[in-house]
Amino acid sequence: MFVELNNLLNTTPDRAEQGKLTLLCDAKTDGSFLVHHFLSFYLKANCKVCFVALIQSFSHYSIVGQKLGVSLTMARERGQLVFLEGLKSAVDVVFQAQKEPQPLQFLREANAGNLKPLFEFVREALKPVDSGEARWTYPVLLVDDLSVLLSLGMGAVAVLDFIHYCRATVCWELKGNMVVLVHDSGDAEDEENDILLNGLSHQSHLILRAEGLATGFCRDVHGQLRILWRRPSQSTAQRDQSFTYQYKIQDKSVSFFAKGMSPAVL
Amino acid sequence: MAAVATCDSVAGSTGSAVATASKRNVTSFQKRGPRASGTNDSGPRLVSIAGTRPSVRNGQLLVSTGLPALDQLLGGGLAVGTVLLIEEDKYNIYSPLLFKYFLAEGIVNGHTLLVASAKEDPANILQELPAPLLDDKCKKEFDEDVYNHKTPESNIKMKIAWRYQLLPKMEQIGPVSSSRFGHYYDASKRMPQELIEASNWHGFFLPEKISSTLKVEPCSLTPGYTKLLQFIQNIIYEEGFDGSNPQKKQRNILRIGIQNLGSPLWGDDICCAENGGNSHSLTKFLYVLRGLLRTSLSACIITMPTHLIQNKAIIARVTNLSDIVVGLESFIGSERETNPLYKDYHGLIHIRQIPRLNNLICDESDVKDLAFKLKRKLFTIERLHLPPDLSDTVSRSSKMDLAESAKRLGPGCGMMAGGKKHLDF
Repeated sequence: MFVELNNLLNTTPDRAEQGKLTLLCDAKTDGSFLVHHFLSFYLKANCKVCFVALIQSFSHYSIVGQKLGVSLTMARERGQLVFLEGLKSAVDVVFQAQKEPQPLQFLREANAGNLKPLFEFVREALKPVDSGEARWTYPVLLVDDLSVLLSLGMGAVAVLDFIHYCRATVCWELKGNMVVLVHDSGDAEDEENDILLNGLSHQSHLILRAEGLATGFCRDVHGQLRILWRRPSQSTAQRDQSFTYQYKIQDKSVSFFAKGMSPAVL
Repeated sequence: MAAVATCDSVAGSTGSAVATASKRNVTSFQKRGPRASGTNDSGPRLVSIAGTRPSVRNGQLLVSTGLPALDQLLGGGLAVGTVLLIEEDKYNIYSPLLFKYFLAEGIVNGHTLLVASAKEDPANILQELPAPLLDDKCKKEFDEDVYNHKTPESNIKMKIAWRYQLLPKMEQIGPVSSSRFGHYYDASKRMPQELIEASNWHGFFLPEKISSTLKVEPCSLTPGYTKLLQFIQNIIYEEGFDGSNPQKKQRNILRIGIQNLGSPLWGDDICCAENGGNSHSLTKFLYVLRGLLRTSLSACIITMPTHLIQNKAIIARVTNLSDIVVGLESFIGSERETNPLYKDYHGLIHIRQIPRLNNLICDESDVKDLAFKLKRKLFTIERLHLPPDLSDTVSRSSKMDLAESAKRLGPGCGMMAGGKKHLDF
């Protein structure tokens, strides 16, 4: 959890909003620091987190989580974190025939239809346990990242359906939050990715867009973050708020500053 | 903590169902470093494998790519469990060299090799590996070869061109003198036969394997990719690279080399048609390969003819699914071959992507304009310099040409849009 980003977003783990879909987007740079931020943020907020990690292994997130002050292994052991390690699951699905349907079952099929098994997994992971006491505040679904599903043969519509089902269950029914990461391919003309990104942009309440600098590589400013608050359900009578900051990623934190106000320049 | 954390920082819990996270004492992939209880053991058990070293940044276990200059640019080396993707140059002249350097480094270090190709028999590829420069006598010859241009004295302060004092003194990325992590190879000589025979290698030659009757799992990949994945998975499992045979005492690294992946010889049509039927085959293959690598002690090099891929979206997806992406751009056949700007070099090398493994940041090199040249014996990577403009008639048009070429260089790893309009001054 980056304290400066919390200040910019005007939230703290104690009083975060519920029922929101946050879209993380990166263009020409790596936006995974935002995923680490939200993972540690919601674990500190005592939420039940279901993390669908499709692109990196568990130990990667765990080691970075240690730097940010959360222990993923302990969270997993006490049931706060349900971690789907996409890479490991894919290897199991492809090389061994499994009896019960796996979340990534579509890898075995030639014409994958939909992501229903994955949705079932998420719903099972986040359903409230009727043990009487409320251990966790609200459920959160994190997906890193959705563009990988397109690479694995799913169509953009199937992925949008999956997000729609998850939103109905997690955000509306269980009053939880969702955070998803999508890559913006920019000028690579990836139509499916553009459909996915546009569709999600219209549904989300908060869009965080990490972009590389337009002028190229810089040691002191790693990129630019655009924050856009939206109200998808209401009419756009009020203009959506948008802020732009530049950032520099350090070993354990990220520092944000206004455009052109990098400490290296001043 | 560093060296042990390397093993499990990549491997995490083992892929096989046998060794679960609860059996903490069975394999060497035990998480030792960051422990919640904070108890200090008698000392981390160092897993030292020949030819590897821990990264200075995060303790990740690194192997050399065979080119010490490239190792330096990649932040020390190639991390175990990751994929190095080489985007081939147009006529596929220099990328096989990088491929062979990687394999030669494996033989010199005693690693196990897995060579997969659809074009050449892996046995022939191994015969053509460059010979290592292991002698000190040879190292002296090499030093003279490298430093035949005069380097400026470091303690003479510049009086006139004092701005250049600030530039790094070693423009050429020189040899790593301290450790025997990376080796130098003589491209004009062949690897001695006894070294090749002493090494443990497995070959996958597609025309042979495609006709054999391996049990084919139903999967939507092209048959060539499916067979290759099964082959790799078999080797990893049988030789215990994923920790499934705990009685093996000596841990070793598996170096996987896949040549010309994505070319039509593999049965894939992404280089032929824009929206072929198999457009997801390659990306699925890369994903499953990533899964196999992350749970084993292996490193992979893939050369891919990305300049032939018709659909640009696939290149972007392939880049996202690979860890390190290096692009080679040779000057042969292009108008740059006769451009005086590039007369000393054979091509440009672009480091397109470096992974952030177990970390928020990565070791990006500041130097973005890199060029390579293949000298008589050596393949060197240097920072690209604009030669001084010594022509008598300093005409405006020649200056515009040079400036135009220079603008097309190194956009860098984190660029948003074409920087041309932002840098017009």
